[in-house]
Amino acid sequence: MLRLLSFALFLATWWTAALFVGGAKLPSPPAVLQVMIVEASSGALFLHLGATLARVTLAFVLAMSLGSAIGYLMGRVKLADRLGDPWLILLLNLPALVVIVLAYIWAGLTEAAAIAAIAINKLPTAIVTLREGARALDRSLDEMASVFAMPRWRAFRHVVLPQLAPYIAASARSGLSLVWKIVLVAELLGRPNGVGFEIGVAFQLFDTPRLLAYSLTFAAVVLVIETLLVQPFEARANRWRPRAA
Amino acid sequence: MRLEVEITGKTFRSAAGGTHEVLAPVRFALQSGEVGVLIGPSGCGKSTMLRIILGLDRDFAGRIARPPEARIGMVFQEPRLLPWRSVEQNVRLAAPEVSDAKLSELFRILELEAHRSHFPGELSLGLARRVALARAFAVEPDLLVLDEPLASLDDALAGRLRDEIATLVASRPMMTLLVTHSLDDAIRLGDRLFFLSPRPARIVQELPIAIPRAARSEAEIAAIRTELARRIQSEQGGVHAGRDVS
Repeated sequence: MLRLLSFALFLATWWTAALFVGGAKLPSPPAVLQVMIVEASSGALFLHLGATLARVTLAFVLAMSLGSAIGYLMGRVKLADRLGDPWLILLLNLPALVVIVLAYIWAGLTEAAAIAAIAINKLPTAIVTLREGARALDRSLDEMASVFAMPRWRAFRHVVLPQLAPYIAASARSGLSLVWKIVLVAELLGRPNGVGFEIGVAFQLFDTPRLLAYSLTFAAVVLVIETLLVQPFEARANRWRPRAA
Repeated sequence: MRLEVEITGKTFRSAAGGTHEVLAPVRFALQSGEVGVLIGPSGCGKSTMLRIILGLDRDFAGRIARPPEARIGMVFQEPRLLPWRSVEQNVRLAAPEVSDAKLSELFRILELEAHRSHFPGELSLGLARRVALARAFAVEPDLLVLDEPLASLDDALAGRLRDEIATLVASRPMMTLLVTHSLDDAIRLGDRLFFLSPRPARIVQELPIAIPRAARSEAEIAAIRTELARRIQSEQGGVHAGRDVS
């Protein structure tokens, strides 16, 4: 209920602002909705949305799995941490634009280059978060598993993984927002479809309604993913915690 | 089956760079069906000794001989349960081969039947200790190690839990090593008592109790207790091994 009210307030502010500024710079909500309907009925909206979502999914899965594995290793093995740390700092501070441009120069304007560039941008933050998680693992529970001679996999699944779950969820949440910001840049610079490409076109034509129609639809999709996937995962991972009264 | 502990020394390097001696030479052996009790002042190195015996700390001089196939059941001082798994899952994860019947019996003896599906965060310390006990017994251990299993429980609860431990220890032959502060617990549960000195720990006295555990009457327990107190007082500091106190 409160969420709906908050959303209504957002719409009202937008509408009022649109009345003052004028339709060319900030179109009113119905104008944007109309563009959405037109683009949806032609199928273009879904095509571009699908292309972007596919890139987000691939890059996200790639960065999360690779980043989690490397982060866990660095948190557990001192040598890995010392070897990997300079690379990590370099990657963390490398601007997204540099990675994308270099990827396109080296690998051509290809799908693989785009996805790799997006994944590389997300990778270091996943590593940092999971490394913190691995460092915070409870040694006393490791000892328990070792005394009871738990096989490696069972110990990982039941002792280690539940401790990492909050870190994985945090990394997934921040990762999703990061990936979807960067995917648009990659699309704008070197892909012939996707939301980023459409925004590039809209920019050249100064077509604000179109720009808003695409970006808001995509924001809605991200919101749905967050509510339907990330939050339930978090709730499940935390169900053993006694709830605060 | 036999556990032989032969530690010749253990030093610990502090962050400041100095070395501290935690354990002096310590030697004892434990047979199947026997309950050994380590009694010593706080911080004397009992926990370090346990960690060495359990194989968690390999940085020491000496040797520990226990059959490699020996299954270990351990009750840590803090229960060390997995907070994200239910009581039953906690036990089953450590003892995947435990039968439903055996598990039910353990839960009945330890009065945990109502808490099977609870998470450890919902349990009191007394109950969490019981779950840790259930977990240790469910693996049908050859070597059972109990690290102050009754600490910080009120007397009535500690007494009840002690009786439950006695029942379970008597139910199958295994080597049991109990660490405690309480002379009373030691006399009621132990067959052989090892008194440890302050750090660096060594065995000051080794005292076997001849009367079988189950046959000890309250009067005999009281008698052993007075005798022990007298002996400790008069022989403080000396090394006297192999005395029979009963």
